[in-house]
Amino acid sequence: MIPWFNRIPAQRSLLSALVPAVLLLALSCFLSLLYGAGAVGPLEAFKALFNQGSADAYFVVSELRLPRTLVGLFVGISLGVAGALMQAVARNPLAEPGLLGVSAGSTFAVALALVLGASAATLTVSVAQIGALVGCFCVITAARMQGQNRDPIRLVLAGAALSSLLVALTSLLLLYDERAADEIRFWVTGSVAGRGLEQLYAVIPSMIIAALATLYVSRPLASLALGEKVAIGLGHNPGRIRLIVIVCVALLVGAAVAVAGPVAFIGLVVPFAARALVGPDIRRTLWLCLPIGPIVVINADTLSRLVAQPAEMPLGVLTAIVGAPVLLAIVRARRLPTL
Amino acid sequence: MASIMQKNKQTLLQTDPLDTSLSANNLSLKHGKAHIIDNLDVALPAGKVTAIVGPNGCGKSTLLNGLSRVHMPSGGEVLLNGNNIHRVPSKEVARYLALLPQDTSAPDGISVAELIRFGRHPHQSLMQQWAMDDQQAIAYALAAADLNELKDRQLDTLSGGQRQRAWIAMSIAQETPLLLLDEPTSALDLGHQIEVFELIRHLSQEGKTIAMVVHDLPSACRYADHIIAMKGGKIITQGPPKDVMTKALVRELYGIECDLIEDPMTGSPILINIKRVKA
Repeated sequence: MIPWFNRIPAQRSLLSALVPAVLLLALSCFLSLLYGAGAVGPLEAFKALFNQGSADAYFVVSELRLPRTLVGLFVGISLGVAGALMQAVARNPLAEPGLLGVSAGSTFAVALALVLGASAATLTVSVAQIGALVGCFCVITAARMQGQNRDPIRLVLAGAALSSLLVALTSLLLLYDERAADEIRFWVTGSVAGRGLEQLYAVIPSMIIAALATLYVSRPLASLALGEKVAIGLGHNPGRIRLIVIVCVALLVGAAVAVAGPVAFIGLVVPFAARALVGPDIRRTLWLCLPIGPIVVINADTLSRLVAQPAEMPLGVLTAIVGAPVLLAIVRARRLPTL
Repeated sequence: MASIMQKNKQTLLQTDPLDTSLSANNLSLKHGKAHIIDNLDVALPAGKVTAIVGPNGCGKSTLLNGLSRVHMPSGGEVLLNGNNIHRVPSKEVARYLALLPQDTSAPDGISVAELIRFGRHPHQSLMQQWAMDDQQAIAYALAAADLNELKDRQLDTLSGGQRQRAWIAMSIAQETPLLLLDEPTSALDLGHQIEVFELIRHLSQEGKTIAMVVHDLPSACRYADHIIAMKGGKIITQGPPKDVMTKALVRELYGIECDLIEDPMTGSPILINIKRVKA
């Protein structure tokens, strides 16, 4: 018996899932503006949204909460899409940037740059993206080493090994450099708190590149789901498809890590939900990841502000607490879905 | 500009299906360091069904993969209408040559119609993703493979034979004059094998040139016009089934003794009284 979350339904109309998802996303954004950072209650925040509230409330909503919501929107889209792309290219439902060491590669690169003297405010985006790219290549190499029996768990094991190695190296770096450690300590757990719009502006160019490349590659990528030979037979070039996808994933994950630190499990949970709603085709999955990613991140962030008031739980901690059981449930099923 | 580009394409490859030819010149194929096929010459007879037969590991699948440009040759060349297949853009090749590999796997939840749509990829571009002739090609493929009633079913709920028909329908939708199939009936029971072979015959009558790797010798004789018998990466003999099928050939290919009789209904050779040759 395959549990419901591992069962992929037949093709359904994309719009019938996309419209409710977008509405839900709007609601989530709204709630994240009403609740959370700063001592402003939901009612006051609501008034401030319509220019009726106090100056304090207006400041909190527009300067603290709005950027945070936008960052959540961006991080959700990046990680959701990156997860869907990775799963499609690895043909493995467990491929996820956080599990496979891509985020860890990115984090390590940023830590290294900080120790070498860079400041957290400059250059982190491209450094994080290069780190993500290196992590991607390591893991894809590991995936190709798995040989004939395409056991999805093996890839995750390789990723876990790579991940823990990189996390250990990152910790080692931080032990040697107190300044970097202070700058990075909060960031390294993954959080969208206190991020400004400047960080978002810095990632816009790579987002545009990733979006165009994803649009270009989505059709050939869909054919890769039928196997390498069939894809070649249809006139596609699997090697080029993989390369483009890996660069996209690195751009997206690197940017998300640069802005919010490594936030685990989003790239796993979001494509799973999207597939469950619209079926196996990567093109529809990708469209649906656009609203579902931010829905998950923004709500998780809102929740992370509420559960430990007046303190906050870092977003990365919350997504791990929620995501890890989901992963266990998926793996526990007798049969993983074939992508 | 567009018309010039179209002209260029037409001069590169022929448009008349019966003028489409696929052949190999001095072809060598390697798996890693192992030489599977060395300096092989072969041509597929146009408009016919060719069966490639031979024992396990004789290089028949490798040859098929080489002919379909999936396997890069280590020497020699594969010619599609006289052009080296690796020099023609892969997408253009895909409008002339369709390939159905062995052991296909599709994602969970994909429907028959969705699968068949993939066959249209070579005819589409980023800008033009769906056109009228795509619709017609899909309708034709569904009808030819007798899948109209199953088109909305999920692939993983179908029987083996139906599933294989759906995959063949995908290559029909590709609208290519050439079709290469790697063991299209392996893992199918007798009824489903016949189902698939009859579909292949039907496609041949519509003018396609077909080559298939087949394990079962009697089926190869029954459904192919031309047999290519391989052993150890070499072609031992080729020709119409009645001419090439001899006791000596069967012994050489498989190391078995048998008698050959003629099927009273179809005239094709049948193997009886099969025994292993004692060493």
